[in-house]
Amino acid sequence: MSNDTQNKTKYGEENIKAYGQNFTTMTPGWFAKKLRTCLIWQFIRFIVINIKMLIVVRKSH
Amino acid sequence: MARVVVLGGGVSGHTAATFAKKWLGNKHEVVVVTPNSKWNWIPSNIWVGVGQMSTDDVTFDLDPVYKKIGIDYRQAKGVSIHPNGKEDSDKSYITIEYTGQGKTGQSEELEYDYLINATGPKLNFGATPGLGEGSQLGEHTVSVCTADHADHANHKLQEAINKMKLGQRQKFLIGTGHGMCTCQGAAFEYIFNIEHELKKAGVRDLADIKWISNESFLGDFGVGGLHMKAMGYAVSSRIFAESLFTERNVDWIIGAHVNKVEKGKVSYELLDGSMGEENFDFAMLIPPFAGVGLKAYDKDGSDITDTIFAPNGFMKVDANYSAGAYENWKASDWPRKYQNPTYKNMFACGIAFAPPHPISKPMSSPNGTAIGPTPPRTGMPSGIMGKAVAHSVCDMIKFGPDAKLQEASMAEMGAACVASAGKGLFNGTAAAMTIYPVVPDFEKYPGTGRDTEYTFGEIGLAGHWIKHILHHMFIHKAKLNPGWTLIPE
Repeated sequence: MSNDTQNKTKYGEENIKAYGQNFTTMTPGWFAKKLRTCLIWQFIRFIVINIKMLIVVRKSH
Repeated sequence: MARVVVLGGGVSGHTAATFAKKWLGNKHEVVVVTPNSKWNWIPSNIWVGVGQMSTDDVTFDLDPVYKKIGIDYRQAKGVSIHPNGKEDSDKSYITIEYTGQGKTGQSEELEYDYLINATGPKLNFGATPGLGEGSQLGEHTVSVCTADHADHANHKLQEAINKMKLGQRQKFLIGTGHGMCTCQGAAFEYIFNIEHELKKAGVRDLADIKWISNESFLGDFGVGGLHMKAMGYAVSSRIFAESLFTERNVDWIIGAHVNKVEKGKVSYELLDGSMGEENFDFAMLIPPFAGVGLKAYDKDGSDITDTIFAPNGFMKVDANYSAGAYENWKASDWPRKYQNPTYKNMFACGIAFAPPHPISKPMSSPNGTAIGPTPPRTGMPSGIMGKAVAHSVCDMIKFGPDAKLQEASMAEMGAACVASAGKGLFNGTAAAMTIYPVVPDFEKYPGTGRDTEYTFGEIGLAGHWIKHILHHMFIHKAKLNPGWTLIPE
């Protein structure tokens, strides 16, 4: 393995501090982050989240 | 004709007053006493604090709205409650002191048949030396608790950004300014909105951003955390919160009681009893909340404040205040009707009612310092409570004092929350969450205390769109514009 490959931090993992307080958490990769602002996917999620919220609102009144 | 007096014109008080007036019509009188001339949609103060909205975007004048529906509006603060009247009269009354309407400083007695206490909190900056004096914000930190505070915070933020553009490194410290704070959600939104704005300004690499809070774990939010269904697992909010903090390169200090604030420095005590200090160039620290300091007097003038109010200044209602240790806590400790146990014509809703105990597990340091979030009573639950209380009062007026009262326990209702993590039509994100019920019921839902079918959360642009739509929807509702009753609390 070349030094270049060894030193390359994978996308989304650059802020994890080895054995620091954030060492045990999960971090999103490129695809998970892309989905967050993907218009088509987010439009679908907008509908789904609204339905879920309306159900909770209805149960709470 | 009966008179309903509502103390406070925030989310809960405004909801209670407007629905009471709608249901009672002109046959009865509804009076709102609030020291503010404007209504504020507080969840959007975050965006004022980063310059993405103006104070005018999040506030409007109360006077024309109350005129429209026929509510008698007094711009004044409540001073004292006299539930048994005075020597020459049995009629209950409150004393108020005007803060506007050309009568500033003048006192007045206001009789009532029913009293709804929805005063909201006193922002108790004075609880932490250096954070402020009494309810006044100090000079070392900023706040987003009011629209004006948020505007001031934005000016300080822009100064910091300008310094960074000149190559100066800046340290941002955001969180809670005392061991007994609530409203971690507002600080959570603010830290990520700042991070988002710094990125947009091209200066993120010159910023060190740190979170400091009294939560014993990230993602507690004052509700003891929550488990959400994700990827087939019931995942703790701690995992999601830690993930977001790591992704956005935000460091954290938790289990912290900030005990002193000085220029550019806070001192704190941790749950393990150790002491620490943290320097900052810009700090937004939420103050602890307390009751607004209403007093209560009997007919003969004797002080009966302790009968009506808990020691923290919030009004006692039909909660179980003798639950004792955490192991004995039950969902049924939480109030259902928000009626004062001594005076049945008196109710409290929103932040103004005294909760039976925290929701998060109480913790203290070996030095005996209590460090843990106090329970949130804002947002959707606050509106639902206000409406339920208004309904109960209207029923008592129409059907007599023995009418069946409405119930709205926080241990049986859910809440929808949207926490912004950055504003932008195409690049904004927010964590959209539902939690059911707000107060965990470990008897009904062993393990997580909540129904994971209805407790979920995810971050994305859709959440931002929802938060933005809610901003306009709730201001439309609060202005009593057409269709306002169709918008749920």
